[in-house]
Amino acid sequence: MAVLARLSLTDAEVERLSTELEAILDYVETLEEVDTTDVRPMSHVLPLATPLREDRAAAPLDPQAAVVNAPESAGSAFVVPRVIDGEEEG
Amino acid sequence: MDYEVVIGLEVHTQLRTESKLFSPAPVSYGEEPNHSVHPVCLALPGVLPVLNGQAVELAIRAALATHCEIHPYSVFARKNYFYPDLPKGYQISQYEEPLATGGWIDIELGEGLTKRVRLTRIHMEEDAGKSIHDSEITGGHATHVDLNRAGIPLLEIVSEPDLRSPAEAAAYLRTLRSILRYVDVTDADMEKGHFRCDANISLREPGTSEFGTRTELKNLNSFRFVEEALHAEIDRQGELLDDGVAVQQATMAFDASSQRTRVLRLKEDADDYRYFPDPDLIPLQIDLADIDRVRDELPELPEDRRARFREQYALSDDEAVQLTASRASAEFFEAAVVTQGSAKPIAKWMLRDLAQVLGQLEIGIEDVVLTPDQFAALVGLVEEGRVTPKSARELLPELVERGGDPTALASERGLEAVTDSGVLEGVVDQVIADHPEDVERYRAGEGKVLNFLMGQVMRRTEGKADPGAVRDLLSRRLS
Amino acid sequence: MEASSPLPSLRGVRDLLDSGEGTSVGIVNEALERADALDEALGAFTGMRAEGALEDAAAADARRAAGRTLSPLDGVPVAIKDNMVMEGEPTSCASRILEGFVSPYTSTVVERLRSRGAVIVGRTNLDEFAMGSSTEHSCFRPTSNPWDLDRAPGGSSGGSAVAVASRIVPAALGSDTGGSIRQPASHCGVVGMKPTYGRVSRWGLVAFASSLDQIGVFTRDAGDAALLLEAIAGHDPADSTSLREPVPRFSEELTGDISDLVIGLPREYFLDEGVDPGVLAAVRDGVSVLERAGAKVREVSLPHTRFAVATYYLIATAEASSNLARYDGVRYGRRAASATDLSQMYFLSRSEGFGEEVKRRIMLGTYVLSAGYYDAYYRKAQQVRALVLDDFQKAFDECDVIATPTCPETAFRLGEKTGDPLSMYLGDIYTVSANLAGIPGISVPCGMAGGLPAGLQLLGGPLQEATLLRAADVFQRLTSHHTAVPTAI
Repeated sequence: MAVLARLSLTDAEVERLSTELEAILDYVETLEEVDTTDVRPMSHVLPLATPLREDRAAAPLDPQAAVVNAPESAGSAFVVPRVIDGEEEG
Repeated sequence: MDYEVVIGLEVHTQLRTESKLFSPAPVSYGEEPNHSVHPVCLALPGVLPVLNGQAVELAIRAALATHCEIHPYSVFARKNYFYPDLPKGYQISQYEEPLATGGWIDIELGEGLTKRVRLTRIHMEEDAGKSIHDSEITGGHATHVDLNRAGIPLLEIVSEPDLRSPAEAAAYLRTLRSILRYVDVTDADMEKGHFRCDANISLREPGTSEFGTRTELKNLNSFRFVEEALHAEIDRQGELLDDGVAVQQATMAFDASSQRTRVLRLKEDADDYRYFPDPDLIPLQIDLADIDRVRDELPELPEDRRARFREQYALSDDEAVQLTASRASAEFFEAAVVTQGSAKPIAKWMLRDLAQVLGQLEIGIEDVVLTPDQFAALVGLVEEGRVTPKSARELLPELVERGGDPTALASERGLEAVTDSGVLEGVVDQVIADHPEDVERYRAGEGKVLNFLMGQVMRRTEGKADPGAVRDLLSRRLS
Repeated sequence: MEASSPLPSLRGVRDLLDSGEGTSVGIVNEALERADALDEALGAFTGMRAEGALEDAAAADARRAAGRTLSPLDGVPVAIKDNMVMEGEPTSCASRILEGFVSPYTSTVVERLRSRGAVIVGRTNLDEFAMGSSTEHSCFRPTSNPWDLDRAPGGSSGGSAVAVASRIVPAALGSDTGGSIRQPASHCGVVGMKPTYGRVSRWGLVAFASSLDQIGVFTRDAGDAALLLEAIAGHDPADSTSLREPVPRFSEELTGDISDLVIGLPREYFLDEGVDPGVLAAVRDGVSVLERAGAKVREVSLPHTRFAVATYYLIATAEASSNLARYDGVRYGRRAASATDLSQMYFLSRSEGFGEEVKRRIMLGTYVLSAGYYDAYYRKAQQVRALVLDDFQKAFDECDVIATPTCPETAFRLGEKTGDPLSMYLGDIYTVSANLAGIPGISVPCGMAGGLPAGLQLLGGPLQEATLLRAADVFQRLTSHHTAVPTAI
């Protein structure tokens, strides 16, 4: 789970989190008492259809403003440690 | 051993919009890194997606053109994974409830054979950014990330595993690309990565119905590449199976220089994308009335138009296929026929002479300044004998580039055919008088001498005489 | 502390400006001075915007002099929770991972406030990424409750609640995902309102749980809340979940008459166990005030209440685990200095950048969405969510407003619950349902229990903010709890 979330945890953290998460998961088990047969899962409360935007392009962000917050950049590109072939996902 | 090849294709094509799928950032190509971005493309804290209506319209159009069922209710989901060019840490895609399912396209396998390939689904999703690994740019220790492409609208079209050879796969891709370009859904410019393909491929013993273990070939960006990569992977899997080694489920890459495929990474259970409905977007609802409207506005599809051209204009199979290869070409043809009335010469002039000029100028028919009317007028002049084919071919490049009235241009250039019978008779008589020996030989039965005499007449009229008229006149005078 | 003087309410400031007794520059200066004097003890702010605020105040004074006042908020100092972005200003979300981040764009709420002349004076403290109920989970420092500095103000919008309760600013914005406005309002003795989901644009609000987050207001009374809410509410095309319904002039709906209203008391919220008796007594007193003002009172039922907290934590953490994936050290924020390869960049940056509570929720949310558990947890929670909404729809067939305690108890001691996350979560029992159902809610001070403020929560049907404000306004016309000044400052 920590790998999926890209978190590296110390052994102490793992131990504490496991205990806490177990307690929380035990608690949420109470939902099993609820009969949800034929209940449609609700992912949003709005009585709306998704609004559509007109296909009009706006002026882009100034490239310097785009990278000004980056920990590392070169020109107008973001820079990250070298990606090794095969790390690619998606 | 000979195995049966089973191939299914996933195509990602870029929808033709001005702005991105969920933000007003402009869609661009070839810009400097991060010159076409908006806070949404950078996944800045606090940004939210709003769906581009035109992308939905184009997706509906593509689904109708491929005979899919469009769902009035579809859901955008988040596909969660970490990668530097995926700014949000998830891609907005459609998963459990896609826009459309269950279509098909017919592909031509040559010699009049067609095959129906079923489509599994069509859905909309956003593109990721670009990671630049080129060490000349990055200095070798780093990867650069450019988010210009992040958020560009893509249509993913997934086929059933109905394809049985690399050639079928290539035919499927060509046909699909032609359909999508026809209905103006995409430019499908392969060089710009507008039309990308992943292939799922497995082998099985002929006669078995179960599928073998498949591998996925990623990022096949040209038709030739697809065929080569599939051949290479068929060879690789075949050799494994011959040796009794199981194929492992994996993502593969194709190396064109060695013509071999290699494992990028093995599929693992850890590939857990944790899809869930994007809570920033409410489900997409499409009115039946909208689907009907798009259907009514849909241009005639290539397969239908091809059949109609054969029938209505008495064209050959080959002519019909070539003229309908693009919508622009088919529409140019029909517009010209309306003006000129006679389809056959228009077709011939388009497929031979116009095509040659376009080839020389390296442009497409949509780039010519010459209007179908003007083109039809030029063909008309030739048909009526008022301009010789040779003169017409001389005029064509200029007309293609600048347009204009062919009659006026022919006159301006002095390229009108010599049709004044008095003038022509004078030239003919002069040639007869100047070549008494040849006239004798002709009269003695050496028929081919007539061609020599015609050539003389044509030369003296600088090619502007109608060859038919010259032949008639010479024959009459010499008989 | 004696050096600074308490600021008047929002309408109080407006009246000073209108009458010419005060200037915006003067009042903003007072706010800044008071923050300076008190905040070392309180920790309500993560940053002040002194220079910009004084410029804005001078511009407001110039407008007023020229007779071009923009709105009742023109020149009034307002604080924003430090999870709403403003161009050129830092946004921290009280997280190390956003270290150094300066926003290149502005949130819709800040845009709206400024276009109406309000002066943003500072950013307020919160639980990191709004995850918490105490404002202790801040990378800067915990915020203290002005009624007792050893106690937490509630959270996650604790800084905003404290800034208003301490009379540093007359009004502040907060965000409410499971009670993060109403609960600290209750613990600090101010009015806190969460509008209907979709009423206020989320563009520029740093997301915690997208389907639950909603921006709302802190003020001293309902009349001020009405003025502030009508300034920030309304459709925004940049937020797909923004409602298109026109926004009433809430301030004109405060008629002082509630004789047409039926108040529903959900029997599941008035159980004797699990609620502090003092709080329950204050809330019952509050209900009887409304009854005496002419409202009818009846019992209603919200049977799925006891499943609301579990449902809430499953949905909120799932959404959060995905919303927080963007903090990767690539485009902004903190990257671990020691990261030498890509994998370390992710793991170390995120592990060093996020605090304990955020990590806990990311882990829970990741688990809830993972293959094999999705149906049992996430889908199940979405189904129960539908039933919670159904409960409210049925209840609102029988009443106009639902009255409950805002919290089962008063402010707890700093550190009291940090070791027991589940007990902290259970404190949200009365507030999370409104977020699950997307309905509006307001917490109004209704008295003291053990020397600490208690809150009366009023919930309404979708878009019924005007009704809630009208009821709260009547309540405050008849009571004086909201005028009590915190004793610890």
